[in-house]
Amino acid sequence: MPKATLSKDEVKAMLILACERIIAAEPMLSEADRNLGDGDHGMGMERGMRASIEKLNAAEVESIEKAFATVGMAMMSSMGGASGAIFGTFFRNGGKALNGKEVFDAAGLAVFLKAGVDGVKQRGGAAIGDKTCVDAMEPAANKAAEVAGDSLPEAIKAVAAATEAGKEASKAMVAKFGRAKTLGEGCIGFPDAGACSVVVIIDAFRDFIVA
Amino acid sequence: MSHANPAKKIINNPLKCADELFEGLVIAYDGKARRVGTRSIVMNALRPDAPALLVGGGAGHEPIYHGLVGKGMADGAAVGEIFAAPPPDIVLEATQAVNRGKGVLFLYGNYAGDVMNFDIGAELAAEEGITVKTVIIADDVCSAPPSEKHKRRGVAGLVPITKIAGGASMSVDSLDELARIAQKACDNTRTVGVSTKPGSIPATGKPTFELADDIIGLGMGIHGEKGVALIPMCTADELAVKILDLLFADDLTLNAGDEIVFFVNSLGSTHMMELLILLRAAKPILEKRGIKIHQTIVDNIVTCQEMAGVSFSITKLDAELKKFWDLPCESVGYTKL
Repeated sequence: MPKATLSKDEVKAMLILACERIIAAEPMLSEADRNLGDGDHGMGMERGMRASIEKLNAAEVESIEKAFATVGMAMMSSMGGASGAIFGTFFRNGGKALNGKEVFDAAGLAVFLKAGVDGVKQRGGAAIGDKTCVDAMEPAANKAAEVAGDSLPEAIKAVAAATEAGKEASKAMVAKFGRAKTLGEGCIGFPDAGACSVVVIIDAFRDFIVA
Repeated sequence: MSHANPAKKIINNPLKCADELFEGLVIAYDGKARRVGTRSIVMNALRPDAPALLVGGGAGHEPIYHGLVGKGMADGAAVGEIFAAPPPDIVLEATQAVNRGKGVLFLYGNYAGDVMNFDIGAELAAEEGITVKTVIIADDVCSAPPSEKHKRRGVAGLVPITKIAGGASMSVDSLDELARIAQKACDNTRTVGVSTKPGSIPATGKPTFELADDIIGLGMGIHGEKGVALIPMCTADELAVKILDLLFADDLTLNAGDEIVFFVNSLGSTHMMELLILLRAAKPILEKRGIKIHQTIVDNIVTCQEMAGVSFSITKLDAELKKFWDLPCESVGYTKL
């Protein structure tokens, strides 16, 4: 049965699924990064997600806000580097915006994604078109705002499609950040590895909600 | 995950290199510095009531940055994973350990991951009531034009800059003053590097970049970031001219009579023999312009694994910078009597 809303424990379960999916996708993410960077994105993300699962399982989850923030803190602390700061900020800022929410619905999804991507943009200075994770996060947030009045299952399906389209669009972009920047036009044709991670996470959210 | 080791690195577990080198480094400090928290290193004898100097960055570039902790150098360092900036909680633990109530200066190289993690660390420190100021090292001439200095990367110039800031931290009483002097050292420092062979990533064994056998990457960054030109392999005398021409063409004015610190750095596997041959070539070119070498450094200090290549750094000294440069310092990576 698709879930109309999620409780804090369901949010925790959804996040654990997202962590497991990232861990399973490590070879794909590392390969994506090898095309553009130094090939360690998947390993960093795996480290962050293993730490997140450990923290999520270590204690009773207090709130929806805390569930997301726990993942953010665990990623930031265990990963370091640009990816740790960026994905940590995404989950921490997104979570913080859900302060006081008792259930997670389509409106909450929109709030989470908007605050998450705003935090990432502010922290890293990247904008849409720079071939970074923002190219998947921002279309996701924009679509979520559009469908915030829909049911959660319908909304997450639309958001997942927009995220995937954003990642695909990153293939044609020339990187403005990170090591890929040094490749110039040589990076055309490959999607940004961070954007690939965002797709894995949002697809996991979708599969958990729709299943 | 494969643990291929084509570079024949003498290690135990490719995923534990950062932790294990860190443990070795603490031993190498012979009791003068200690481990704090997850992966920070802090000097034992800190000057009381003084502003603190904290450096840091990813591991894998040893002896920097964590090898630059010591008397007259940095008070502490926050250490990341291999080629990854230290996370904010490591920055925070190091900040708390070096703070003596007068605030902490963060001094590190201009890389996106470092800037983000140190900034978050500074926000966490502010929540703990610790004042932090930041000076970002961006000395790599070939990474952006003078009009876009904020985009320049931090490379080997960090050694004279950290030395001067460390000297200042022994003498000044306010964080603002320490930051001002560190910034002046940055403003007066330029570096140009060249690469002849890549290093490799310990976890994957893969080279960090590709470069043909007969080609030199002029202006290439320490991770293989694109430089200004790919040129055919040449002699040391020819290369010294090309590197110095790029330094002279930048916006740091060097007039007859100016005194400089001149640092010839190996990026890893380039041998002292080559560094000395390059130094021999560079000195008369500097002298011809009337530039006086106040002191030379010839060493492997800012490295990227077994990468081959060299960089020249120039720090122009005024009376104030010279005073702090001339103080003695002691660390694993650089010691001056």
